[in-house]
Amino acid sequence: MSAWRAGPGAWALRVFCGLAFLFLMAPILIIIPLSFNAEPYFTFTRGMLTLDPDAYSLRWYEQVLLGERWRSAALNTLIVGVSATLLATTLGTVAAMGLSSPAMPWRRTITALLISPMIVPIIIAAAGMFFFYSSLNLTQTYTGLILSHAALGAPFVVITVTAAMAGFNSELLLAAASLGAGPVRTFFKVQLPILSPGVISGALFAFAASLDEVVVVLFMAGLEQRTIPREMWAGIREEISPAILAAATFLILIAVLLLLALELLQRRSDSGRP
Amino acid sequence: MMGKSRTQALLLSLPLIAFIGITFVAPLGSMVLRSFYDPLVAEILPKTVAALGEWDGGALPPEGVYALLAEELRQARADRTIGRLATRLNRQTPGLRSVVSGTGRRLARQGQPPWAEALPRMNKAWGEPEVWHAIAQAGRRVTPTYYLNALDLRMDADSGVVQQPEAKRVYRALFVKTIGVALAITLLCLGIGYPLAWFIAHSPPRRGRLLLVLVLLPFWTSLLVRTTSWIVLLQQQGVLNNLLIWAGVVADDQRLTLMHNMIGTFVAMTHVLLPFMVLPLYSVMSGIPPVQMQAASSLGAKWPRAFRRVYLPQSMPGVGAGCLLVFILAMGYYITPALVGGQSGQLISNFIAYHMQTSLNWGLAAALGSILFVAVLLLFLLYDRVLGLDRMRLGS
Repeated sequence: MSAWRAGPGAWALRVFCGLAFLFLMAPILIIIPLSFNAEPYFTFTRGMLTLDPDAYSLRWYEQVLLGERWRSAALNTLIVGVSATLLATTLGTVAAMGLSSPAMPWRRTITALLISPMIVPIIIAAAGMFFFYSSLNLTQTYTGLILSHAALGAPFVVITVTAAMAGFNSELLLAAASLGAGPVRTFFKVQLPILSPGVISGALFAFAASLDEVVVVLFMAGLEQRTIPREMWAGIREEISPAILAAATFLILIAVLLLLALELLQRRSDSGRP
Repeated sequence: MMGKSRTQALLLSLPLIAFIGITFVAPLGSMVLRSFYDPLVAEILPKTVAALGEWDGGALPPEGVYALLAEELRQARADRTIGRLATRLNRQTPGLRSVVSGTGRRLARQGQPPWAEALPRMNKAWGEPEVWHAIAQAGRRVTPTYYLNALDLRMDADSGVVQQPEAKRVYRALFVKTIGVALAITLLCLGIGYPLAWFIAHSPPRRGRLLLVLVLLPFWTSLLVRTTSWIVLLQQQGVLNNLLIWAGVVADDQRLTLMHNMIGTFVAMTHVLLPFMVLPLYSVMSGIPPVQMQAASSLGAKWPRAFRRVYLPQSMPGVGAGCLLVFILAMGYYITPALVGGQSGQLISNFIAYHMQTSLNWGLAAALGSILFVAVLLLFLLYDRVLGLDRMRLGS
């Protein structure tokens, strides 16, 4: 390894990777300063470049934090996201426990079925959901949105909990049973605490999926159910206002928090292993 | 004992199976159903369609059929369903919209038997067999019309399949374009992602973890945020153009068009999908001990040879997983092309959305969606066969 590290090839690799990291990160970082733009433009003004304090302002944050539209969008996002996450996490965790059992029949087929919402293009899922839910009068309702977001989030829970189950020592269950614990007590006192990093990271993925979802919302939500991504879509398509940059900054902050939470969970589950 | 734990395992999975079945599989089913099942004409013109079933298809149908049509068109106008009927028939044979709605309007005011003479007076199209063939074809509940349209074909008066007129041929080229774009983006992601994953996987652990965050943060950042960023960067008054002008590369009056075209779609989609390539590659590469490459080189193999013979084969599972994942996702991409692709950067998904929301041709949207669905399903099965879905992992 070290033999190549020093050569010109290694430098080329470093420069290449540096550019690739710039390509990955720059678009995200550029949003943040622009969201403080005092002018309604999507680009740096001369004043911003000369660090003139008057060129910066919090007006877009004011609009996002105090405006009725964004506030109700945030509330909707939270209602739909949290409900869908709870539903997906509960059903997904239980299902993953079944899938991890060595006795599980038709494992491959059932896994493929349960993971399919993650793979099927969202436009197809959204079209189908629109047809099906409108026949049940569930379009333009919270119930419809929550059910569809739960379906889209469940695969993430199945995957993370199945992975966590792979490291689970099933003799612990026998030990608990021999000490007189019933299956429900064993689940809550023994299994769930050990699996919890997997369950929580699955829940975070499911929540992130809901937080990022706009196509189903576009097809199914009424005016009352507009979420933050839906408002951003409107902001980009209909009226380009830097308010969406302020909203985007909040979403970047949420991404950072989610990432940190996952990193901590990862460390916890690593240190829990022998 | 075995039987009991089998049932137990199945019972645990059952709630989610039922849930996904109802909230996800049934909707997909209803979309596929809509792509070939269309009872609209048969429901609005039940008697006419039944009577046309007995028509020999020769010259013109008998007076009885004319009378039934007049009666049912009057009824449809009273029920306000005639607009949908006209739209549906117009899809079968262009031009029928005005024939049907115009006749409906006249029938409301006038007309009396014999209808075989009255209707052609209202619109001379009723004196031609084509209209009647169109109603007979559209009257079938199970219809190939939408799939034919999705493949730039249509049915002519004799139920023969013919090409759409040149100006209306869109979709075959669009499917080819979507596959081409997805392939190109997969290769771009592989070209950038492979060295990147290598660099991260074989950095010292602490730095590797830090570098991985630079891939994970974009992965976790909302798609809409990332697409917005590219709008900020690429638009004509945007950051990149300003930078190029400041650097003297382009003149102020010759700002580059980087967005609302194919360039925008390519750049933004590569950015969005790159983490899906890097993460599986990284997880495979971090399991390849660097000692092996050292051993190969100490045995006298030059770097390219050692790479090709020792490293590349072991990294192939990551290459396969990353490429399939990126390709599948790229095939169905909607949001990014819709926002930065402009007219020329649109892919199949954007046309599905257009027919869902704007043209309201839901049958065609469903047919296009079903074709895309089958394509993705095949790739999905390939992924399962080659790599095993049950071994799929997220993140690191």
